[in-house]
Amino acid sequence: MIRPHPERRGSARRGRSRWLDPRGRHLGTWAFVANRLTGLGLVAYLYLHLIILSTLLRGPEAWDGLVELFQRPMFLAFDVLLVLGLAFHGFNGLRVALAGSGLLVDRHKAMLAAAGILVGLVGLVAAVRIFG
Amino acid sequence: MNQPRTVLLKVFRYGPADQAPRYDQFRVPVGPRTTVLDALLAVRRAQDPGLTVRHSCLHGSCGTCGLRINGREVLACVTRLDGLGDPVVVEPLAGAPVVGDLVVDMKPLYRRLEPAGRPLVRASERAGPGANGEAATGPMLEELERFEDCLECGLCLSACPVAGDPRYLGPVALAAAKRVLEEPRGADPGAVLGWVDDAHGAWRCHLAFECSEVCPAGVDPAGAIMRLRRRLLRDRLPRLVGKYHREERT
Repeated sequence: MIRPHPERRGSARRGRSRWLDPRGRHLGTWAFVANRLTGLGLVAYLYLHLIILSTLLRGPEAWDGLVELFQRPMFLAFDVLLVLGLAFHGFNGLRVALAGSGLLVDRHKAMLAAAGILVGLVGLVAAVRIFG
Repeated sequence: MNQPRTVLLKVFRYGPADQAPRYDQFRVPVGPRTTVLDALLAVRRAQDPGLTVRHSCLHGSCGTCGLRINGREVLACVTRLDGLGDPVVVEPLAGAPVVGDLVVDMKPLYRRLEPAGRPLVRASERAGPGANGEAATGPMLEELERFEDCLECGLCLSACPVAGDPRYLGPVALAAAKRVLEEPRGADPGAVLGWVDDAHGAWRCHLAFECSEVCPAGVDPAGAIMRLRRRLLRDRLPRLVGKYHREERT
């Protein structure tokens, strides 16, 4: 009796591990992985944002202290990163929605390139406005 | 006299008696036209006769020698070793049980294809005796089938980042379903649409397009899945709008 190697069986677990490993793969998989990572990042930011807002319950001094902290360059850089992630998730999401509905399927790589350019532009404007 | 150039192969090994997989290393001579399959067969001849590798036609038309070379799905018989670097990592296809070294069980792929009715076979192309007993070709050929350009090699399933979930129909079956809709040949398109219109059917694809990138026959399964979705949306939207209007009136 042939015993297939259990770790090599097709399984959801194995599938999910491949979500985060685009090495050796083509452009579409990199976009697929980046979309998931930015999505998870945005969800994490949402909860972080709510936790930070809760400091308002501790009075204006606590809030002012946090605002001062977040005006440091490192946190401003995080803001630019957040805008970049948001822009990629949004523009790539538009591409996924179009191609996923059967529209412009043969242009999906061109749409990804356009999304990349738009993300770069949005990031640049955001960086100028945040640090300027 | 110049020594022939050699390349180190790191080959995935797993046998029924093994507790865990391992990678064995074999150094093989490489010429400008040496394919990965040539090198693996040379290993079998000269170094390890026990290496299990599946192949048949040796010219990229049977689809039996699908492997992952340096992490990418290819047909070993038409992939030249030259230019792949050193070492070259040789592994079986992902998402299917390994039955021995580089050979995976293809049943999951065929199971996914079956509900489409293996549609791309004209009745006249089926081997075996016809309805009136003419053109008998013998029982060995009764199951011979032709599937358009698809080789049923399984590279698309291995490359797809979500096909590790066995519930997902996968690119090969969905491409077959799209082909049925294009040319039903007596099949019921409604039944096929009902089959693929599922969370684990056409809607499960996440648009990595990896299946189309690795397909050695240019079948473009991802494009087929997107066009299936378009057809499903075209059928669904009027129904949804009609339902909305009916609810508004009542």
